[in-house]
Amino acid sequence: MCATCGCDDAAGPRVTVPHEHVGDHGHGHAHSIDPHRPTSSIETITLEQRVLAKNDSLAELNRSRLAGRNIVAVNLMSSPGAGKTTLLERTIRDTGATRPVAVIEGDQETLLDAERIRRTGCAVVQVNTGAGCHLDAAMMHQALDELEPASGSLIFVENVGNLVWPALFDLGESGRVVIISVTEGTDKPLKYPYMFATADLVIVNKLDLKPYVDFDLDECRRHVAAVNPGAQVFAVSAAKGDNMALWYRWLADRS
Amino acid sequence: MHELSITQSLVDAVCLRAAGRPVHSVKIQIGALTAVVPEAMRFCFDLVVEGTEAQGARLDIEQRPGTAHCRSCGTDTVLADPILLCPCGSADVSITAGRELQILSMEVG
Repeated sequence: MCATCGCDDAAGPRVTVPHEHVGDHGHGHAHSIDPHRPTSSIETITLEQRVLAKNDSLAELNRSRLAGRNIVAVNLMSSPGAGKTTLLERTIRDTGATRPVAVIEGDQETLLDAERIRRTGCAVVQVNTGAGCHLDAAMMHQALDELEPASGSLIFVENVGNLVWPALFDLGESGRVVIISVTEGTDKPLKYPYMFATADLVIVNKLDLKPYVDFDLDECRRHVAAVNPGAQVFAVSAAKGDNMALWYRWLADRS
Repeated sequence: MHELSITQSLVDAVCLRAAGRPVHSVKIQIGALTAVVPEAMRFCFDLVVEGTEAQGARLDIEQRPGTAHCRSCGTDTVLADPILLCPCGSADVSITAGRELQILSMEVG
């Protein structure tokens, strides 16, 4: 089983461009145990290290690699169907002329989202996590190797759609964005507090559908503030373009 | 479940440090604000250690409650959930504990 992503050999993460599984994932450990070894020589070792130290150190490597080339990477997380890909399509079309843009697409299966992004003319790699439910720093590293983004690029990482698992895994990004849509319900930030607690920005999408659903934007803002007082909240419609300038300004401020 | 990949990271770090010696027990600390469920981690641990130096090892989990300091009233409070609210009503609080996900120690030999 892969030490970093928890996949097994049959369902490991896959990047669409032909590739080799990233160098040392820790598959090479010894398996010899002698159950008859006397227990008199038991030694207690103090470790005091973070459980996710390996992911975190890989994430820091990604971060310094990106910073060294003036590349901004934004991690987009949401439940399935909140409109991440639609938001990206419009963002690339509206801002792609001002700086190089590249996208890392994460999904359990299929190349469907990568193909949508490719049609915008933007560089893209798809990472299929198989049985895995989130991207991690090793997959990010692998995807960056395949993308080879130009200096000064803006990279969007479209994480696997769910509001639970990606929360804990640092990829080396410089900004974390959680997207919800007005069709999902006002109480999402309270139901998935760990995810919202890690966000720099919360985007409430599908604002054009608000007249048709029972969604209270002010209450949603209060719920976000309850779990993450520092997060900004923008309400937009990626499909129609409403308020997208707020998001573009946020991106420009990160550059 | 993300506990599986977290547990795999744990066992990988433990086996690396054990350097071939059998591992008898592993002690970890999980904060209440980490979104890691101790029961799920225990379940995953027994699966992940199979065939490694840590096979059969005992997993000791020390759970830490979430605590926060209120900047409005100056008191420290225990957080029952990740909602950042002091009993005084203020949301101007900073988390002081509960985000730990640490390997504390292990027994080998």
